[in-house]
Amino acid sequence: MSDVTIHSTAAQMSEALIAGSTTSVALTNAHFAQIEAVEPAVHAFLHLDKDGALSQAAEVDAKRARGEKLAPLAGVPLALKDVLAQQGVPTTAGSKMLEGWRPPYDATVVKKLKDAGVVILGKTNMDEFAMGSSTENSAYGNTHNPWDLTRIPGGSGGGSAAALAAFQAPLAIGTDTGGSIRQPAAVTGTVGVKPTYGGVSRYGLIAFSSSLDQAGPCARTVLDTALLHEAIAGYDQMDSTSINAPVPQVVAAAKKLDIKGLKIGVVKELLGEGFQAGVRQRFEEALEELVKAGAQIVEVSCPNFDYGLAAYYLIAPSEASSNLARFDSMRYGIRIGDDGTRSAAEVMSLTRHEGFGAEVKRRIILGTYALSSGYYDAYYGSAQKVRTLVKRDFDAAFANVDVLVSPTCPTTAFKLGENTDDPLAMYLNDIATIPVNLAGIGGMSLPCGLAPEDGLPVGFQIMSPGMRDDLMYQVGGTLEAALVSKWGHTLLSQAPALAGN
Amino acid sequence: MAAISREDVAHLAKLARIDMNEGELDHLVNELGAILGAVARVQEAAASDVPPTSHPFPVNNVFRADEVRPSLSNAQALSGAPAQAEERFKVPQILGEE
Repeated sequence: MSDVTIHSTAAQMSEALIAGSTTSVALTNAHFAQIEAVEPAVHAFLHLDKDGALSQAAEVDAKRARGEKLAPLAGVPLALKDVLAQQGVPTTAGSKMLEGWRPPYDATVVKKLKDAGVVILGKTNMDEFAMGSSTENSAYGNTHNPWDLTRIPGGSGGGSAAALAAFQAPLAIGTDTGGSIRQPAAVTGTVGVKPTYGGVSRYGLIAFSSSLDQAGPCARTVLDTALLHEAIAGYDQMDSTSINAPVPQVVAAAKKLDIKGLKIGVVKELLGEGFQAGVRQRFEEALEELVKAGAQIVEVSCPNFDYGLAAYYLIAPSEASSNLARFDSMRYGIRIGDDGTRSAAEVMSLTRHEGFGAEVKRRIILGTYALSSGYYDAYYGSAQKVRTLVKRDFDAAFANVDVLVSPTCPTTAFKLGENTDDPLAMYLNDIATIPVNLAGIGGMSLPCGLAPEDGLPVGFQIMSPGMRDDLMYQVGGTLEAALVSKWGHTLLSQAPALAGN
Repeated sequence: MAAISREDVAHLAKLARIDMNEGELDHLVNELGAILGAVARVQEAAASDVPPTSHPFPVNNVFRADEVRPSLSNAQALSGAPAQAEERFKVPQILGEE
């Protein structure tokens, strides 16, 4: 391989492929070499599809050699979260329930990636059915944060974020129901975007909470994230909640590098007690860069965000209790205890006991309770009203400002095992990311420095109005350029070298 | 609101078709009690005149043209089945013996 390496950006890889100074097969092989070297320490992947990836890469190279017109990311490798169906490739959603399942079809996101010539290296680790903030709920072992292998990579998309930070892939796909793209991005020093709800098709995405779930792009730079965003977004007939409108011009926005005159609101409620000192410090320093770039910063109050976490932990489990009813041991997945004497209901119960982990069971039971007669109004009904109030807070704020900002998470990456016995402490990680999902708007996390007290990455969150995803890319691209120029290097270049790297 | 009891959790587990042993039930009663205590505060915020939101952007009656299109073959649809017979999903008995 010539000038580009696994440490290059996806945009640089794309340029080198177009210029003919490298091939997709060479790039793909280089990434598999890195995966082989660091995967024993990181464990970002649940499945590697080397044969499939290399044949996809060879096909792109052949098309290019024939002079066919290719999409911008053709030939660039990607890591796919294991919650998306890929035809013929094991897909488990991190659950024992789906061990051995090979989907007979592609998710729309996967189809779009394949059509664009993006090379899918393998499937990444995640919290079971995307329920968690640390990837510790995976049935297939922990993923380790490349910055400190004793710490969590975030969740639920910890595998995708860790693969980017460990240079195992320049691009990844995540899904975000309450922060599962943005929180892993924050704690690994990478970039992640939850698009506007309905901006990217949910067809073929194993459902957790259908009114909140959204697939989105993950990468190491804002521009790479934008390139991937445009590759996967757009209207899809197979998803009844898909937005039938043009995709926001996020690549152009990421390249703009100009925010003069933009009004940026700092959400007062997402900066107080419970936010680590170093997180607040790096966040405030980033605000100064935005001011220097010509933006106007104002404080905004969103009083109902305070109830967001509580509403989320009723709405998401309620929808999950219904969605996960499909795992009934009849049509796909494992089946336990079918000895010819047990009834279908008994086999179902035994299978769900064996197939689901503790957090998934906890949420199904909680959701079943919240939806049951006698409790519905007090719990699920009230949570839906809070959702209205959170939306109103956003509407009021966006009447005065272009985007809203906050730290992505209250803390940097915590230690593996630190919160596994305390579900409520674990849920607090999502306090700043959840309002975005409740309102269905767009949210981005990008790195804004290392916390002085522990040397770990801090995430900066940008929230943009529905279908104005371009605004968060415009602000994110400008902030990233300002910070990299201030530091004299990218944040990820400061990550400690991994054994075998 | 009354605290959630062990009997409640056992009943919910039955409704949700999840077999649970004694130890799991004990553990869940405590955890659910704590979680419900924390999430119950949604009731403070939710006045009666606030309309509920079930979905971020209201979309209704989304239809596509009723046309015959290629779909999964029988073999593909059955490819993940734990058991199959005569091109159908094979399931355990639905009704008891009596």
